[in-house]
Formats: sequence, structure tokens, C-alpha cells
Amino acid sequence: MSRESILAAIKKNQPEQQALPDLNAFRRTGPGDPAAFRKVIETLGGQVFEISSYAEIQPLIAEHQPDAQKIISLQESYLPGAMTEWETGDGGRQYEHVDLAIIPGQFGVAENGAIWITDVEIKERVLPFITQHLAIVVSSQDIVPTMHDAYAERIAQPGGGFGVFIAGPSKTADIEQSLVLGAHGAKSLTVFLYSPKA
Amino acid sequence: MEHQHKEHSLLAEEFNANEPRVNWHDETLWWVRQKRDKMAWTIPEWEDLREAASRIKHNVLGNLHDYLLEFEKNAQANGAVVHWAADAAEHNKIVLQLLQEQGVKRMVKSKSMLTEECHLNPYLAEHGIEVIDTDLGERIVQLAKEPPSHIVLPCIHKKKEEIGELFHEHLGTPAGNADPKFLTAAARQHLRAEFIQSRVAITGVNFAVAETGEMVVCTNEGNADMGAHLADVHIACMGIEKIIPQRKHLGVFLRLLARSATGQPITTYSSHFRAPKKGQQLHIVLVDNGRSRQLGREDFRNSLKCIRCGACMNTCPVYRRSGGHSYHNAIAGPIGAILAPNLDMKEYADLPFASTLCGSCSNVCPVKIDIHQQLYKWRQVITREGYTKKTKAAGMHAMNIVLSKPGLYKTAGGIGRWVMRTFPAVVNNGLNPWFRQREMPEPPKESFADWYKKNRKQ
Ligand code: SF4
Repeated sequence: MSRESILAAIKKNQPEQQALPDLNAFRRTGPGDPAAFRKVIETLGGQVFEISSYAEIQPLIAEHQPDAQKIISLQESYLPGAMTEWETGDGGRQYEHVDLAIIPGQFGVAENGAIWITDVEIKERVLPFITQHLAIVVSSQDIVPTMHDAYAERIAQPGGGFGVFIAGPSKTADIEQSLVLGAHGAKSLTVFLYSPKA
Repeated sequence: MEHQHKEHSLLAEEFNANEPRVNWHDETLWWVRQKRDKMAWTIPEWEDLREAASRIKHNVLGNLHDYLLEFEKNAQANGAVVHWAADAAEHNKIVLQLLQEQGVKRMVKSKSMLTEECHLNPYLAEHGIEVIDTDLGERIVQLAKEPPSHIVLPCIHKKKEEIGELFHEHLGTPAGNADPKFLTAAARQHLRAEFIQSRVAITGVNFAVAETGEMVVCTNEGNADMGAHLADVHIACMGIEKIIPQRKHLGVFLRLLARSATGQPITTYSSHFRAPKKGQQLHIVLVDNGRSRQLGREDFRNSLKCIRCGACMNTCPVYRRSGGHSYHNAIAGPIGAILAPNLDMKEYADLPFASTLCGSCSNVCPVKIDIHQQLYKWRQVITREGYTKKTKAAGMHAMNIVLSKPGLYKTAGGIGRWVMRTFPAVVNNGLNPWFRQREMPEPPKESFADWYKKNRKQ
């Protein structure tokens, strides 16, 4: 069996063990800066709207995504009247014609604009990729400074079978390094940064 | 290896036949390198991050046996099936068998340099299975029947007009349209149809976490996710060196990878695949293919730390002016030149000589691999083993072709910029026989004294 021979060769050839570095020095104290988070997302080609109530989502979508017909909202409160019973279908293929999906993000990372999403909330893993446009709702209180803080504080253990950091819309620069948004995944990303009024 | 290739020097000469293209290639990659610098400079702890990444990888090399077992156990507990392949042939056989079990004839694959290394596509084609590469750059070179020329930017050697031609021929876009936006939209449509029809998806792996049995795949396009989440069977192929100990170590590597690769703060998608979705099969193929042997070579084992960011290629004056195909290996550039001789010392005897040993690669490498020193050490091994023949002379020939035409550069800017780009980190460390022989171009006309006089007034 190759397994045994590979493992034996590795055991024979691997160098002496060395200790792992301490990563605590990379941690930041305190919360992440929502303004910095916003700025990075914008440089990545995303759009950010600060909202203090979910009721603001509907008019913003009407204004900025006027062509969106088929809209899926993972929470009824984001967009009352969005499509229901969207989960049935052929392993996710049915979402190809979804114009816009509005999903919750667990938290964002200020240093790179990434938002953490898992299959626990979105149910269908392919949804944020296959939808033509994507919107993520994330609370401004849920911003961490760096990736180290993300893994140490928020996701030291995996929750769910799949998780993804999403930072901006799908893109490519494979043709002569010209940046084009909308490669295979969502063509645009809208982030609703939610800060409830005190 | 059954195929006989031309040596790097001759392939480089062919690439240099088209002067404007070489200049474009050179400048574009240098621009990517500069984007990397800008990003790195915004992170005050950048150097500490590189050091941490290198040390984590060092720990991995010393514990690889146990980490692989831990990964296997956890992946199995998550519901994945783990396969082990000693070499490329076994890897290909495992994948073929999985595809035959599913009865598929056509399926999608996202970027995986490992499957390039194993020549999976031609092998499957021989068995009547068509692989559709879904990374845009990879799809382009696939349509052109060429291998990728760069591990991160697979079709960096192609001009948009050629891509327009290819799309016209294969995807039916209008002749003469070479607009990147239009072509990308056409590819999106074409590949969406492939994602939808495909019941099996192959992906590569950027990092595999021993502690959790999960795999992280990074893309900007979203193609790995489109394939893997729609498929009934997801096959993830990875080299055994992709293991990292714990989830928290991802923080270090995800901060470094995209910044080093393209100067982005992070890739658009960093997907963590732990368990298959309901009703789906997840297969993980762990591939050795010479890695355990490299692990035993004290001078070269650090090459296994590589996270495939491509920064060493973007900065390399020889790579930029000789093109990825001149390395006649799945992985080009400085890192390819230290990995390839481990696979076949005779076949790749020329590659460690395709370098000025300027050290720029080692300076940008996010996991601090001593790339230029390993190149130098390979030269000694190859010479000792008697594989040099004309190689060394040919290497010099290539350097002359690639680097000794300052006239070529004048249009692209001043000589000073040429020196910067050509010798980004000149280390005159006595390792560099070529450097000693070269006549250096004249220093810039404006001396420091002139500059000081001019600027003092302000
Ligand atoms: S050797 Fe270093 S710089 Fe080159 S691709 Fe690998 S990680 Fe990146």
C-alpha cells in the first residue's frame, strides 16, 4: 500500500522537530474599525451602505439594483416579500437565475474586507457564488481587526461543514491583467453595515 | 521522463524573438511585483509574519508524518474518503477510477498545479474523459493547447488579441473582439454551462489543516466553489506538503498569500471545505510524487514550504524575460527550478542555471525559502553528478540573450529603471559568476550631488 510506504519515507526523512511560533503578538486588542473595513471593500469593487434598520434595505435595493427580479433573502426581516421556498431544486442549479441573494455575514475583517459566512446560515453552499449579485448584511459591531483575531476569537473551531471568507465581487485579471468584475461568481457585492440606533 | 525538451536557453531565445511581447511580459510582471511591495509595506509586522510562516512550515516538515495521520483521521471523521498516491501515475489512476465509478465523460476542474505536475488532463483524455479547466487563465491556455506559463497567472504570456482569436474559434465570439470585459463575460457564460452540467468537480488545495481535517481553497473567480458545491462528487488533490498544524495558522498564511501573489489584501474567496454537503462524496487524494525524497535532502527540503504565490517569478529578471514555458516544467521560475531537479535531475539539469542568483526571489518569498542559495547548491549537485554537459555554457548563453540587451529597455524607461528591474536585489555574494562577468550599464546621469542641490531648495 502506498500509504504505508509514503508514511515510512516521511518518517525516515523528516528533519528534527521545531517548536511552533507564538502568534499572540499579532493580535490586536479591541474591536475592528468599521470605517477601515468599508474602505477596503470599496477598493475591492464592493459597495457599502450603512443602515440602522433593515427597513432601509428595500429602498436601497430598489435604487441600486432596479433590474433584480428574483431575490432570495435568507432572513425575512431583510426584505419582506422576497422569494420563499427557494430551497427545493437540483442541488443548487436552480439558483442560476437568481438575480440577488441577501445573506447574513457572521463578522467582517477590517484589514482585508473579508466577511465570514458558513453553511449553517446560508443552507445552500453554492448560493453566494451562483447568484448573479450578492448582498451581505453584517453588524458594525462584528468587525475584527485582523485575520488572527478572526481565527482566535470567532472561528477557533469550525462551525458547519463549509465556511468562506468573501472579500468583494468575483473577479479576474487573466486577460492582460485588466481587472474585470464578475468572473464566475457574483458580479457585484453590496454590504449592508448594520448599526442599530442606540 | 519520456519527452525530450529543448533547454531553457533555447526556449528563452525563442521567447525573445518577439521583442515587444517580451518587454510587455517583463513590465507587467514587474508591475505585479510592485503591487506586492505596496501591500507588504502597509503591514508593519510583515517581516514577522514571513518569519512566523516559515517557522510554521518548518514545524510541519519536522512533524509531517504525524500531521498527515491527524489530518487523515479528522478528514475521515468529517465524512471524506482519503486516498494516498506515491506518484503521478497512482494519482491519475485514483482519479480515473473515481470518474469511471460515476460514469462521467466531461467534468470541471479548478486550478491545481499538482494535477498539472501529474499531467492529469492528457491522461484522462486518453481514457475518453474531457476535463474543463475553469480558471479563466487556465481555460485560455487549455483552448490554446498549451500548459500554464505561471502558477498564478496562467496565460500571462498571451496577448488579448490572441485570446479573442481563441474565443472566436472555440466559443463563437465575434472575430476581432479582444475586449477583456467582453471576453470574460463570454467565458462566464460558457463555463457556467459547464458547472451546471458537471457532476464531478476536481479542485486543488491551498492549505489542509491537520487539527480539523479541512481544506482551504483560495480563488478570485469563484470557480472552485461553483464546481465543488454543484457536484455530487468533489475530488480534492493535494501534495502532502500542504498540511498546516492548526486552524489559527491560516491567519498567517491567508494574510501573506494574496498580498505576495498579486498585491491584494486577500483573495475574493477563501473557502474552508470540512465536510461534504448532504448526499455528496468528498475524496481527498494525498500525493507524494517525490516530496518525501525532497524532505530527506537537507539542502533542498525548505522548497517544500512553498505556498505557490508566484512572487519569486514576478520578481525574477530571468523569468520575466524568458517566459514560463522556457522552464519546460509544470512549475516555472525560481521555485520550479529547485523543485524540478528533485523529480528528474537529468531532465531539469539546465534549470538551476537559469538564474542570476541575484537573490530577489528569496527576498520576496513569504515563507522565506532560501531560493537562490538552493539554486546555487543544485548547480553543485548537478555538476558533481555529471549532468552539466553544455548546460552551464548554455545557461550563460541564456543570460546573454535575456539580460544583455539594454537597448531593448531604453524605450521602457531610463537605464536606472532597467537596473532596478533587472537586478532587483543584486547580491554580489560571490555566488554569482555571471554577475562578475557582466559589464554593468552606466550609472544614472544625475548624480546624488545634483539631486541634492535641486531638492535642497524646497
Ligand atoms: S517559493 Fe516562495 S515566492 Fe516562490 S511561489 Fe513559493 S512561496 Fe511564493
